[in-house]
Amino acid sequence: MPDPAPALDAVTAGAFLLVLAIVIPVAGVLAAFAAGGRWVERIALSTLPFGLAIAVAIAIALWRTDAPIVYLLGGWAPPLGVALRADGLSALMMAITAVVICGVGVFARADFRIPAGATEARAPFAFWILLLAIWAALNMVFVAGDLFTLYVALELLTFAAVPLVSLDGRAETLQAALRYLIFALLGSAFYLVGSALLYGAYGTLDIVLLSHQLRAQPATLVAAALMTVGLLAKTALFPLHLWLPPAHAGAPAACSAVLSALVVKGSFFIVVRLWFGVMPGLPGGAAAQLLAALGAAAIVLGSIVALRQERLKLLVAYSTLAQIGYLFLMFPLAFDPATARLASGGALAGGILQAISHATAKAAMFMSAGLIYAALGHDRISEVAGVARALPLSVLAFALGGVALIGPPASGAYLAKNLLLQAAGDSGQWWWAVVIQAGGMFTAGYWLLVLVHTLARGDASAALRARVSRLQEAAALALALCSLSLGLFPWDAYLAIPAGAAASNPLTLKALSSVLWPIMGGAVLATLLGRSGLPSARVRVEDFLVAVIGPVRRGALVLSGTIERVDDALRQWPVAAISLLVIAILLGAAMQAAQSLD
Amino acid sequence: MSVASVFALCAAAAVGLGLYGLLVSPQPLRKILAFNLLGSGVFVLFGVVARRGAAAGFASDPIPQALVITGIVVAFSATALAVALLLRLLQVSGSATLAAHSSARANRDLAGT
Repeated sequence: MPDPAPALDAVTAGAFLLVLAIVIPVAGVLAAFAAGGRWVERIALSTLPFGLAIAVAIAIALWRTDAPIVYLLGGWAPPLGVALRADGLSALMMAITAVVICGVGVFARADFRIPAGATEARAPFAFWILLLAIWAALNMVFVAGDLFTLYVALELLTFAAVPLVSLDGRAETLQAALRYLIFALLGSAFYLVGSALLYGAYGTLDIVLLSHQLRAQPATLVAAALMTVGLLAKTALFPLHLWLPPAHAGAPAACSAVLSALVVKGSFFIVVRLWFGVMPGLPGGAAAQLLAALGAAAIVLGSIVALRQERLKLLVAYSTLAQIGYLFLMFPLAFDPATARLASGGALAGGILQAISHATAKAAMFMSAGLIYAALGHDRISEVAGVARALPLSVLAFALGGVALIGPPASGAYLAKNLLLQAAGDSGQWWWAVVIQAGGMFTAGYWLLVLVHTLARGDASAALRARVSRLQEAAALALALCSLSLGLFPWDAYLAIPAGAAASNPLTLKALSSVLWPIMGGAVLATLLGRSGLPSARVRVEDFLVAVIGPVRRGALVLSGTIERVDDALRQWPVAAISLLVIAILLGAAMQAAQSLD
Repeated sequence: MSVASVFALCAAAAVGLGLYGLLVSPQPLRKILAFNLLGSGVFVLFGVVARRGAAAGFASDPIPQALVITGIVVAFSATALAVALLLRLLQVSGSATLAAHSSARANRDLAGT
């Protein structure tokens, strides 16, 4: 017998902040659209501080009250009305969204300047409006209290993100945008079918009400599988990533930063809401293991293909693919076999922290990759020698962003990794601990590959085609530093962090080895699998080693070439669409099996 | 067989046909049409849910109809955006195809030049 319906929540103090968080960016969109091209940048930039202030205010309000903030639209309580709710997760995601959007706004000013003489231009007009629209949609995703509002928010997010891909209007970017749109629509249709089934079974889509009423019956399991897989398609989890690499290949740097840092996190957040909020007792261990297995495959494939990329931008894009996989490792770690439920404990905190630190670090990496492209006129990794001397701050931002992903002490990724490893140790799932450590090595691998090429001797300063704005470099650097210091933030107010995970002396041997091991492993991986190898390895030592390394490296290159061809095959439309169906069936079967075991 | 069951079967058929079209047809315009068919199937499903009166024991439930109207608006905007992108792609490149650009092939091309 399910629990009786809970006492319906009433409007709490500070509820108007949730409304403002959605209304202010939307007001910015409308005002910018009405005022026209000359005003659009000024309106967007003046919206940024207000949005940031609201996100901070929500975070402070939650810190004080410790209970979710609730707003009821029109004063109608669910199930008839619609509620907006903000808990710790929402507040954190809104805050990090505001930080990244502000960073991107500062960065994009120089890239989207209206040419002299013209009164308005198409690309800046579209960019600023879409940036605010993405912000509004994301805030709506984070505070939505029912599954249909989440659907609308998700669609708004997609519609705002797709045109960013094709902002420069070339044929291949239009094609990438169309692929993204149609695949995302397929995903959202799956989500919508799931919500129709849930409404038919329970008569409400409110998250809190559903979580009290949900029973394991066929319609619920089908709905859960369909909604999850639809969201995975939008998150670009392996093997549903066909839209992600081409979308990043031609998008401007600021757009790539928003897409990779924030847009994929929107649908990821809905997966978290669905699994932890709506149906923690439903999926069971097998389905959680399946999600994490896809994540592990994403880490391996994304990292190896990243090591084989010729272009810096695509390397960072494939790194995003791998890091998305990292986010899904938390699901089996949060599963508590004693109660057969997903527990909102340390593993969930680790996953969310990983998402937050990836958002800031990856935005910084895309920005600095964009600066290198703008300065050199290309971003071929084999030809960036000397760029560290010509553009020291850009390369520094890239390096710090990469370090933040690897996770030195005091960074958000370090804390996230510790929480996930602790959860893996507590639940005895050592295989996910291995994947987490290997993921760090792969990250260090492609980071080192780029860094060594930029630091190599060369005369890039002679080849500089354009000057790089200091403000843009500062924006990238600030986001990278933000990610590096996220571990110092008091997370306990928002996330359930087990005692002892956060407090560790950053100078102990264990803490240092958490950086050294991945970097050493990464150096080996980059030497073996990197397309062009590490140039600094061309010292005399190599003469001795070449006889040993040569055959191994040839074997590794054959392997990585095969994996690259597998990736090409998976990104064909029919293969990706069939994978979507297969994963839906597997998820449904895993959930059904978990229920029949009980 | 009740009216709701007949409509539910129609909804399932439309969803299946739309899904098949999205899977196999290579032309983007057909994919867009298939998406619309799939969407229509989902909207009929909402209609079935409303007819059965799932919530609160009404004879027929008005909320799914409100959801369907929102869904139709979303699907309409999605179609408009997709068709606009497709037309622009046709203008710029002279052909409208979604064929994947192979990264392995691109890398080989780069290496060759």
